Amino acid sequence: MRKIRRWGPGLLLVSPSILLVAVFVYGLIGWNIKVSLSDWRQAEETSGFDTSAYKELFPSGVGETGEYVSGVATGEQSDTLSTDPAWIIDLHHALLFTVAFVLGALIIGASLAFLLDKGVKGEGMFRAIYLFPMAVSFIAAGVVWRWLMNPAPGDRATGFNLLFDKLGLGFLRNDWYLGQDWGAAALALPAMWALSGYIMALYLAGFRGVPEELREAARMDGASEWRVYRHVVFPHLRPVTLSALIILGHISIKVFDLIVAIGGKQLITQTPAVYMWILIYDARDYAKGAAIATLLLVGISVLIVPYLIYTVRSERRV
Amino acid sequence: MSDTRTRAPRRGLSRPTVLAAAIVAIVAALALPASGLGVQGTSNQACQLSVFSWWTGGGEAAGLDRLIKIWNRQNPDCKFKNETVAGGAGTNAKAVLAQRLAAGNPPDSFQGHAGAELRDYIKAGQVLPVDFIYRQAGFAKVMPKSLLSQIRYNGRIYSVPVNIHRANVLWFNPRTLRSNGIAVPKTWGQFVAALRKADDAGLTPLAMGEQWTAKHLLETVMIGTLGPKGWAALWRPGSANRWSAKNVTAALNRYNQVLGFTNSDAGSLTWQEAGKLVADGKAAFNIMGDWQDGYFSGTKKGGNLALKPGSGYGWTAVPGTANVYDWLSDSFTLPKGAPHRAAAVKWLTFLGSRVAQDTFNPVKGSIPARKDANTRLYGPYLKTALKDWKADALAGSLTHGVVASNAWNADIDTALGLFLQSKNVSRFQAALVAAAKKNAK
Repeated sequence: MRKIRRWGPGLLLVSPSILLVAVFVYGLIGWNIKVSLSDWRQAEETSGFDTSAYKELFPSGVGETGEYVSGVATGEQSDTLSTDPAWIIDLHHALLFTVAFVLGALIIGASLAFLLDKGVKGEGMFRAIYLFPMAVSFIAAGVVWRWLMNPAPGDRATGFNLLFDKLGLGFLRNDWYLGQDWGAAALALPAMWALSGYIMALYLAGFRGVPEELREAARMDGASEWRVYRHVVFPHLRPVTLSALIILGHISIKVFDLIVAIGGKQLITQTPAVYMWILIYDARDYAKGAAIATLLLVGISVLIVPYLIYTVRSERRV
Repeated sequence: MSDTRTRAPRRGLSRPTVLAAAIVAIVAALALPASGLGVQGTSNQACQLSVFSWWTGGGEAAGLDRLIKIWNRQNPDCKFKNETVAGGAGTNAKAVLAQRLAAGNPPDSFQGHAGAELRDYIKAGQVLPVDFIYRQAGFAKVMPKSLLSQIRYNGRIYSVPVNIHRANVLWFNPRTLRSNGIAVPKTWGQFVAALRKADDAGLTPLAMGEQWTAKHLLETVMIGTLGPKGWAALWRPGSANRWSAKNVTAALNRYNQVLGFTNSDAGSLTWQEAGKLVADGKAAFNIMGDWQDGYFSGTKKGGNLALKPGSGYGWTAVPGTANVYDWLSDSFTLPKGAPHRAAAVKWLTFLGSRVAQDTFNPVKGSIPARKDANTRLYGPYLKTALKDWKADALAGSLTHGVVASNAWNADIDTALGLFLQSKNVSRFQAALVAAAKKNAK
């Protein structure tokens, strides 16, 4: 009885929250997985078990010409399930976007933090300026960047292409997000712009967290400034880098609003999240849409779960 | 709070008691909205006609407003409740609607493109047939037979079309053509020659926008090559082998050829921006539906270009489709479980009337589905459209939901998106065959 009096009220207090999370987060995740494994692939709702949605999302083989064998792309027999070509393109875009965005934001953020750490006049002002883009929603940033990255040819050029022309750097003109090979990397630019300030703030806190005595000690031992950073400061920043990777990575996997604002619903800019939306609301292929949602969740878990384990372990050590 | 610094005196309540009270309050707060809903559901509200559409701007919203005024005057006991969701061609609205229908909370009537796009709702049992309205109001006598046969599904009609748009219109700037010595093309050969000439003159020969406008262009080229009968045959059940026919290959080759004359930044332009290239004299031609007429001739205040029909811009049928009307239509439905069914039936009857159609269409920039429109109410372009509507063969639009279901459209979108990058005609055709195999049933 006394025990219940001790933890009872606390449990009661958090129970609404536990209940809501259980139903609206985990319950709906479960329901989503159930839909993804159903044969609900048309407007009519059915409930049979069916894995065809997943089968269409996994590369089923590479053809003789080196191209993915797929029903819709090559007209192979329709009764053998084959990989959806739109999905292959989405994965390609997602990968390119992620690499460009994560590396770009990390490098820019870390460099800005490094420069600010070396001592600048008006550091507070710079910090604010670099952080501001994060306050702009992706959808608004997308509208502005759509104009900046305008691929119009000739005298219709605006944005960056016009700027390049004016500066005599005409050779830098390009198709930006409409480029077939590197378009997804161009889509990552606004995301980089929005988040590198935040990454800078993370690193700046990391730099400041390195005790000055350690740096002093290294300098006393005759280490050059570079070696102080290389051997003393950077090793301290590993947890910061890991957090930054997780934050950027999960944003990258989920990216939707930015893409829609810049490219709309076109295959040339399509990412997995956009395809999920198209499948559910346009094609009404609920099972396949839910399958993509599940795969996105798995992708994010692959990032987050090891991080959580790492955090719990290191906290226990402390 | 006047006294924040001094602590509130203890009233002898133990901490667990306070916590328990807080929990009771939270649980009560959570439970309240639910019980509130229950009350609302059973209460007997005054009649209200809720109509769901994506008409939120420009001529369509203005036209709807006029209809609402008439409705409210005629039905003072059942006022109109305008439930609109913004977003071009209903992209956002359809998502919201799908959620409402799935939740068993339908409006009294909702907008949908007439034809195959409604099939998803029909198959899911979310809309009811409205043949009885056609019989009672005599719509069958005043609407073209071929239109009614094209919107019928398993022998029944599920919506009332309010307007008709034409998709196969070639737009041009007469001044640009004159100064470059380009004649208005009638045949495919003339069209290609005109595009070449425009290219040599340093113009963008054919202005195109984002991917759906490429699909729009594809359908007009295919109809021009296959003819309305060949086109209709592609969409019947079991049509996959027709997709692999030689005439489809020919059509796709033509499409590939004409794509070579489009602007490189197509994917970054809206349909208006593509049309504006023609208006500004930077491009020679543009193929778009006749909503382009509203954009060209509408007022500057409404975000349009205020050009003079005939001199500021000109139009003709897409080469090869001179006597074909590639049509699409906004229509309204009778959802299953509509809260005010009697009012909804009255609304649909009203929408099909000559008064309603002649009120809405001149403002929206489209023509009535009825053949007995009052021609004097319509502008120069629409006058020609009214004449053609009565005389032309009808071909249903692919891009705008008449001939193919949403799922088929999505598969064609993927095939087209790949083709726009690879320009590989045979692979494109194979993909279209596969899409037909999957969806033509």
